[in-house]
Amino acid sequence: MNNPPQLFEYLIRIADDRLILGHRLSEWCGHAPLLEEDIALANIGLDCIGQANNLYTVAAEVEGKKRSADDIVFFREAVEYKNLLLVEQPNKDFAQTLVRQFLYDSFGLLYFDALQQSAFQPLAGIAQKAVKELRYHFRHSSQWILRLGDGTDESHQRTQEALNSLWRYTGELFESDSLEQQLHSEGIAALSSGMKEEWDKIVTEILNKATLQIPSSEMHQQTGGRKGQHTEHLGHLLAEMQILQRSFPDIKW
Amino acid sequence: MSENIANLEEQFNRRIANGETIEPKDWMPEKYRKQLMRLISQHAHSEIIGMLPEGNWITRAPTLRRKLALLAKVQDEAGHGHYLYSSAETLGISREEMYDQLLQGKAKYSSIFNYPTLTWADMGMIGWLVDGAAIINQTTMAKCSYGPYSRALLRICKEENFHKKQGMEIIATLIASGLKGKEMVQESLNRFWWPTLMMFGPHDTNSPNSAEMMKWKIKLKSNDELRQRFIDMTVEQALEWGLTIPDPKLKFNGKIRSWETGEIDWEEFNRVINGNGPCNHERMGARRTAHENGSWVREAARAYEEKQRLRNISAA
Repeated sequence: MNNPPQLFEYLIRIADDRLILGHRLSEWCGHAPLLEEDIALANIGLDCIGQANNLYTVAAEVEGKKRSADDIVFFREAVEYKNLLLVEQPNKDFAQTLVRQFLYDSFGLLYFDALQQSAFQPLAGIAQKAVKELRYHFRHSSQWILRLGDGTDESHQRTQEALNSLWRYTGELFESDSLEQQLHSEGIAALSSGMKEEWDKIVTEILNKATLQIPSSEMHQQTGGRKGQHTEHLGHLLAEMQILQRSFPDIKW
Repeated sequence: MSENIANLEEQFNRRIANGETIEPKDWMPEKYRKQLMRLISQHAHSEIIGMLPEGNWITRAPTLRRKLALLAKVQDEAGHGHYLYSSAETLGISREEMYDQLLQGKAKYSSIFNYPTLTWADMGMIGWLVDGAAIINQTTMAKCSYGPYSRALLRICKEENFHKKQGMEIIATLIASGLKGKEMVQESLNRFWWPTLMMFGPHDTNSPNSAEMMKWKIKLKSNDELRQRFIDMTVEQALEWGLTIPDPKLKFNGKIRSWETGEIDWEEFNRVINGNGPCNHERMGARRTAHENGSWVREAARAYEEKQRLRNISAA
């Protein structure tokens, strides 16, 4: 709190995670495998983007440069986005989407649970609401992992492939860099590095039940999102998201 | 037997005339059931197909607030579809059957959704015009004789009113932001005006099912009457915003205090409802693709349920 730029940076990270994941989910709207999933994925997307909106609003106040939440979202380049690489991965098929969601939800639930105790009140408040939503998200995604993993041969195979291809982005979830450590020591941030064990336990239990094979712990892990070093997918997502604001800077929307 | 049916039908007609609602377990003429099935499933399909033109802009919505509102709106439409399919199921047809009819091109949906959404102003226009027209239709239909449909419409209309307000707010904001915004709105109005008037269906003189449906109170006002109500309301609003209705023949008839319009292009109307509108092919293609790509997911869910059932049996 004594250091607004650090706090701003931290809030932006979490907000970007929620926004980009929500954006990916919103891409399904009207194209889901079941009408019930059109409704559910839109619902979860709405929660994610709503949380992001609240976080950006707080971040904008912390920054104190008269930028709005929309300015932060629509006028930053990909290298200025700080989300985890996992959440920007494309939807591909329903298995990829739900595995991505499950891997994030199981982490997000732990992370936002810890943030409820943040000494920075606005963040604690957002986290308290978000945890309730994340509980529902986790229930939804973990139930689908069970159905898909333990469903048919095809669904099992697709889900295993999704797991194999997305696992390389899970190591990054638990990297606590100096910024997170600093803010954690001030009671503001949650410390993700301390959550790995609990996450392993939760994920292992569901994946075992779903008859899925957990990828090797030796698998090389990709990282860089928190530093703005993204996969190529993010630039395309942002190009689409930002087109109106960038094309018509004079129009009020 | 046939005397018996004649009696039942007489009784049925008397109930309708007395303003009673018909419930799923009540006796009803086969034709009444079929007409309602057609009507409600068409409405459900329209909600589902209607998700696509607006869904087209969710990822490009220009602010976080607009993105949240649009996503929530399209989700409402999915909810309406869900609710309406359940309503139609009370008449003895399954959602899967109705869905098959849609995918095979045997069932119709509102012609308006076969037009493309090309600019952000279209999101406002759909709320103001398309939802506005739907509200006029549906608030009337909410007084229809079939209970489940009437109740579904009451609930749907509440949300549609909210959607319309949202659309009008998009338009008002664009207009207030200057010339470019206003141009975007006018261009969108030029494209959506006539197709919206077509939403009310053919002239009364060309509407073959109308008489019987009116007798049974599954239609309460004629197409032309509802269309006129919409025109009078909408033209006033357009003038207030300083927009031009794209109809050189439009004029106010002071005697009846109503707006007279030029003739609708019925050839275009027929072309679109017969599958050759600008987006019929894309809309059906998108639904078929979603259905086909989703088949392995639905199979997985069924297989898993079955495994769970067997596990529960062996555990018991």
